[in-house]
Amino acid sequence: MLIEQLINGLTLGSIYVIVALGYTLVFGVLNVVNMGHGEIFMFGAFMGVVVTNILGWPLYIAFVVAIVVTGILGYFLETFALRPLRGKEGVSHLAPLISTIGVSIFLENVAHHFFGSGNQPFRTSLSELKFVLGSTTVYYVQIIIFVIAILLMFGLTFWLSKTKAGKALRASAENLAVASLLGVNTKRTITQTVIIASAMGGIAGILVGIAFNSVNPQMGLSFGLKGLAIIILGGLGNVRGAMVGGLILGMAETFIVAYGDSGYRDAVAFIAIIVILIVRPQGIFGTATTGRKG
Amino acid sequence: MSKRSKLLFTVLMAFTLVMLAACGNSSTDDTESADSDDVVKAKVGVISYLTGSGASYGEAITNGINLAHKEITELGEVDIELKIEDSAGKQEEALSVAQKLMNSENVDAIIGPTLSTEMQIVGPEADLNGVPILGTSNTAEGIPQLGEYVFRNSIPETLAIPASVQKAIDKYGAKKVAILYGNDDVFTKAGYDTMKQVAEDLDLEVLTTETFQLGQSDYKAQLTKIKSLNPDLVLASALYNEGAVILDQARKMGIDVPFVGGNGFNSPEVIKIAGDAANGLIVATPWFAKKDDEKVKKFVEDYEAAYGMEPDQFAAQAYDGFYVMAEAIKNAGEADRDAIRDALAEIKDFEGVLGNMSFDEEGDIIMEPTVLIIEDDEYVVFE
Repeated sequence: MLIEQLINGLTLGSIYVIVALGYTLVFGVLNVVNMGHGEIFMFGAFMGVVVTNILGWPLYIAFVVAIVVTGILGYFLETFALRPLRGKEGVSHLAPLISTIGVSIFLENVAHHFFGSGNQPFRTSLSELKFVLGSTTVYYVQIIIFVIAILLMFGLTFWLSKTKAGKALRASAENLAVASLLGVNTKRTITQTVIIASAMGGIAGILVGIAFNSVNPQMGLSFGLKGLAIIILGGLGNVRGAMVGGLILGMAETFIVAYGDSGYRDAVAFIAIIVILIVRPQGIFGTATTGRKG
Repeated sequence: MSKRSKLLFTVLMAFTLVMLAACGNSSTDDTESADSDDVVKAKVGVISYLTGSGASYGEAITNGINLAHKEITELGEVDIELKIEDSAGKQEEALSVAQKLMNSENVDAIIGPTLSTEMQIVGPEADLNGVPILGTSNTAEGIPQLGEYVFRNSIPETLAIPASVQKAIDKYGAKKVAILYGNDDVFTKAGYDTMKQVAEDLDLEVLTTETFQLGQSDYKAQLTKIKSLNPDLVLASALYNEGAVILDQARKMGIDVPFVGGNGFNSPEVIKIAGDAANGLIVATPWFAKKDDEKVKKFVEDYEAAYGMEPDQFAAQAYDGFYVMAEAIKNAGEADRDAIRDALAEIKDFEGVLGNMSFDEEGDIIMEPTVLIIEDDEYVVFE
C-alpha cells in the first residue's frame, strides 16, 4: 500500500505542478496572480470531454484541441483583462487581479451554461491500462502524468535559460521598461507567456480528466487555489519551486488520508504551508527580494 | 359622451349580474346533485415550492397531485376542490399561505409543503388549527412528531439505508464494511450517521471511515486505503455527482465489492457518469418507475402522456399522497377536519404506486422501500 499511495501522491502532485507552473510563469513576468488560470485549466479538461466522449476522437487530438483552445483563451485573457490595465496612470496594482477574477467567474458560468453543473465522464481506454508489480498496481496514466510534469519543467527551464525568447522573457520580468529599451518586443513576449501558461493549464486539465474521470465547472476553483498555495510555498515566479511545492502538497494530502484522518486532508496540507512560510517567508526556492519590482 | 359611457356601464353591470347569477345557479345545481349522490365534497389545500431554485420539485409534486385529482374526480367517489399555493421554498411564505388556506379558504386538509424546513414551521401551525396536513416530500427526522395532525408518506433516509444494507448483507453475507462519506454536506453527513448506526445494529465490523469534500476529484488515497483493508461492502454516503466519480475510480483500482448508497446516490446520472463502473451500486428508493406492476405502469404512462416526462420520486409520492388523502376523506364520510385526521390515521395497507402504505401511531409512513441495484448499466430490483 505504501508504494501505491506514493504513486497516488506523485500523480496528484504532478498535476498540481503543471497547474502551478502556469501561475508561476505569469507571475514571474507580469507580477500578476492570474486568478483566471484555474478556469482556463477547467476549460482544457472540458475540451478533453468534448473530444473523447462526445466526438469519440482519440486522446492525442484532445491534447491538441485543449492546447489550442486554452491558448486562445489565454490570448483573450491577455488582450481583454490584462493589457488594458498595464502601464496606465492611476491603475491600482490590484486591478489585474480583480479583472482576472472577473474572467474566472465568466468562464465558470460559460462552462456551466454549455456543459451543466454536474460531472462529465471522460472516456479513454488509456486510464484502464496497468501493470502489476508484486502487490502494487501501477497505471500507465500515472507514469505519463509524472513524465509530462517533469518534461514540462525541464522544457520550461531550458526555454527560459537557453532560448532567445526565454531570455527576452526573463529580461522583461526583470524590468519591463529597460527590456523594451534594449529592443525586446515586450508586448509580444507577454502575450507569448500568457498563452504558454494557459496551454499548460489545458494540458493539466486533460491529465486530470484521464486520471480522475471527474470534470465539472467548479473544478477550476479547487485546483486553482491549490496552485496558488504551491507557488507561494515554492517561491513566487520560481519554476523549480513550483515543481517541489506541487509534489510536496500532493504527497502531503495523500499521506494524510492514507495514514491519518481523511477529514484533515486540506487542513494539514495548508498547515504545512503555513509552517514552511514561517520558517522561510520567501518560499522554499524564493530569493529574499529587497523591494525589487515595486 | 358621459351619458353614453354611463349607459355602457349599466349594460355591462347588468350583463355581469346575469352571468354571476347563472354561475351561482349552476354551482348550486352541482351541490344538489352531489348531495343526492352522497359524495363527500371537500377542499384540499396544496403548498408547493413553485418558484425559485427548487421549482422543479414543486412542479413534479403538483403534477402528481393534479394527475391524481383528475383521476379521482373521474371516479366520482369524492369531490375534492384543489387550492394550490406557492411557498417559494421559504418558511415565512409557506406559513403565510398555510394561514390563508386554513383561515380564509377554510380547507379541510393540506398537502405539502415541499421542504422539511417549511414543514417544521407549517406543521405545528396546522396542528394548532386542527387541520390534517400530509407531507409528501419531507424526509427529515421528527416531521410526523410535530403534532397529531401531521402525517407524511415519504420515507426518511433512516428507513431507506437500513433496508438496503440489510438486503446486501443477506445476499453477500458481508461482515466487514468500509464507510466513505462527504463530511461537508448536511445530507451526506446525516446519511453517514444512519450508516454508522446500522453497522452497529447489525454487528458489522467497520474497517475504516473515510471522508471527502464536495467537488473533490481525487479519491485515490481513500480508495487505496479501503482496498488494502479488503471490505466485503462499501457504504458510501455521497451525492451522485461525487459518488459516480468515486465508483469509477474504485472500479478502476480493482475494488469490485458492492457499494451501498443513500438516497443522494440514487440517480440515473450515476450510470451516465460512471458507465460500467456503476454496476454493483445498491440503493433503496420509495419509487421505482420500472417496477413490474400494473398500477405503476399505468401511472408512468399517464404521467408521461400528460407532462411529457417520466415521473420522478416527488411526483410519485405526491400522486400517492393525494390518493391517500382522498381515501381518508371518503372514509371520513364528511368534510370535517377531525374526521379526516382520524381516517388518515387509520389508513392501513393502502396500495399505491409506491407500494403498500400504512401510517404508524405518530403519522409516519410504514412502507417497504424498493431496493435497487445497478446491473448492466440499469437499475433493477435487488433480490
